[in-house]
Amino acid sequence: MSELTLTVMRLGFLAVLWLFVIVAVQVIRSDLFGTRVTQRGARRDAGRAQQSQRQQAPPQQRQQPAAGRQRRNAPTKLVVSEGTLTGTTVALQGQTISLGRAHDSTIVLDDDYASSRHARIYPDRDGQWIVEDLGSTNGTYLDRSRLTTPTPIPLGAPIRIGKTVIELRK
Amino acid sequence: MSSTTNSPTHHTSTIGAIGAPSRRNTELAMLVFAVVIPVFAYANVGLAINDSVPPGLLSYGCGLGLLAAIGHLVVRKFAPYADPLLLPLATLLNGLGLVVIWRLDQSKLLQSLPNYVEAAPRQLLYTALGIAMFSAVLIFLKDHRVLQRYTYISMFAALVLLLLPLVPGLGANIYGAKIWIRVPGLGSLQPGEFAKIILAVFFAGYLMVKRDALALASRRVMGLYLPRGRDLGPIIVVWGISILILVFETDLGTSLLFFGMFVIMLYVATERTSWIVFGLLMSAAGAVGVASFEPHVQQRVQAWLDPLGEYKLSQQGVFGHSEQSMQALWAFGSGGTLGSGLGQGHSDLIRFAANSDFILATFGEELGLAGLMAILLLYGLIVERGVRTALAARDPFGKLLAIGLSGAFALQVFVVAGGVMGLIPLTGMTMPFLAYGGSSVLANWALIGILIRISDTARRPAPTPAGNPDAEMTQVVRP
Repeated sequence: MSELTLTVMRLGFLAVLWLFVIVAVQVIRSDLFGTRVTQRGARRDAGRAQQSQRQQAPPQQRQQPAAGRQRRNAPTKLVVSEGTLTGTTVALQGQTISLGRAHDSTIVLDDDYASSRHARIYPDRDGQWIVEDLGSTNGTYLDRSRLTTPTPIPLGAPIRIGKTVIELRK
Repeated sequence: MSSTTNSPTHHTSTIGAIGAPSRRNTELAMLVFAVVIPVFAYANVGLAINDSVPPGLLSYGCGLGLLAAIGHLVVRKFAPYADPLLLPLATLLNGLGLVVIWRLDQSKLLQSLPNYVEAAPRQLLYTALGIAMFSAVLIFLKDHRVLQRYTYISMFAALVLLLLPLVPGLGANIYGAKIWIRVPGLGSLQPGEFAKIILAVFFAGYLMVKRDALALASRRVMGLYLPRGRDLGPIIVVWGISILILVFETDLGTSLLFFGMFVIMLYVATERTSWIVFGLLMSAAGAVGVASFEPHVQQRVQAWLDPLGEYKLSQQGVFGHSEQSMQALWAFGSGGTLGSGLGQGHSDLIRFAANSDFILATFGEELGLAGLMAILLLYGLIVERGVRTALAARDPFGKLLAIGLSGAFALQVFVVAGGVMGLIPLTGMTMPFLAYGGSSVLANWALIGILIRISDTARRPAPTPAGNPDAEMTQVVRP
């Protein structure tokens, strides 16, 4: 093999090796997603404008555009259906709802079987509502199954916390 | 009884992490790149030594490619949101190691040694086993937090693994270090490599529980937080164990690795600089103390301080002296900036352990400073991805485990590279992925597997077990 070919290969190999390192660093760079700021207010205004164009939009959706976001089956309120708070409703407006005996909970449960910070219900990025057990003593049940991971809530499915049952409704 | 927090008239904006794409295609592209480079290197070695493209090019290329493909498919199936760089980086290092081991196999000088075996096919087999280990970790370890349950079991397992080489009949004293065990029918095994991972699991589980006591219950003396005596217990136990390893197994590297890993994890868990000061003082005291009566360690230190004198003694045939340290330095020197080119160096003159402990000398000679820096950067990138994983992980156990594993990996690279380059006394450890050795390859693939598992959990978008909406969706209320 001629000296020239070997020299070219030697330098070429070093170049390729460094190219790999540089490409890897580029991958890291594009991997820094940073943060995304979503303007809730702007989006709501946009949603309103859109809906005023669509005159036939159902009235309940017009009242709750932030949580609704064009989803037909999105729940608009949380209803307590069993327990001492039966009948209480909380409008779902994209905020996290915390449940527990602690006084700063969104829904303060007067229930000996509930932990002070029992569970929370929050919307994910797509507007799907998620229930998450916060390491409670007695557990949170969706239908019959005890929650182990944050779980999307189907419409009308009972969430049981101690003696309290809540569900999401349209 | 109930109240709502936000009034709907407020303008709110949500600051959340931008939806992380899974990045599996990036990983695939990088993997193809990482397989092509060793194939290029392989052809280069063949052309330089035999003037022809080596006949095994296709089988080696296909073998490495197949292993990488298996690894990629397993990651795609079982850890779809994992870090895209860990697998390609490990594959590239492993592939380069294979090529250089094969290159040293071709050396006439090494072939004439009595205990010569063709190492490259074996290393390829170990790599296959390593990928199998990696896949097994990803398939069976669905959630790294399961490991938390085995905190104390893993402590005992690690201690047993560390003590195994001392068991008569099982342990093997190979070239002055008792770090091997002989498994009948399988060959010898280095349990310390596996103990590294298992001990990281124990430290992570232990420190997660005890870190508040370690961080908060302390007195402030002269700007340093002095921990209470009872909290010092574990660090003293670990220190004692690493000193015992040093004394009975004469393995400076492993002892440094374990103690260093513990101090790193202690610092990360407690955020107290005083632990680092204590750790450095204790390890210095321990090393000096042991070096004062252990001849093996003394000799290593002597060879570090005066490699040329050591070389002369070994040339005169004085027993117990090694010419390798000086030869490695000469290899680095003869490589210069751009190296002599693959297959055209003379690092085979190092003879024994040229393809394991001293493999970095071959890289230094044949790829030069430029190539060696690239190799070290590849290691640095693996460590960076590990630390990044630790930062992104949401559970404290995952954080500590990721930092422990990447810290151990970094320490090992430092100890080996520093030893070969003459920065610190030489220790008998292997360069992860590059060096020839089954235990090392297997253990390091398992380590990469665990890191990929943690990074998958950390980068998986909500809702997943690790998804914490508070960290992701911070409500900012603007009037």
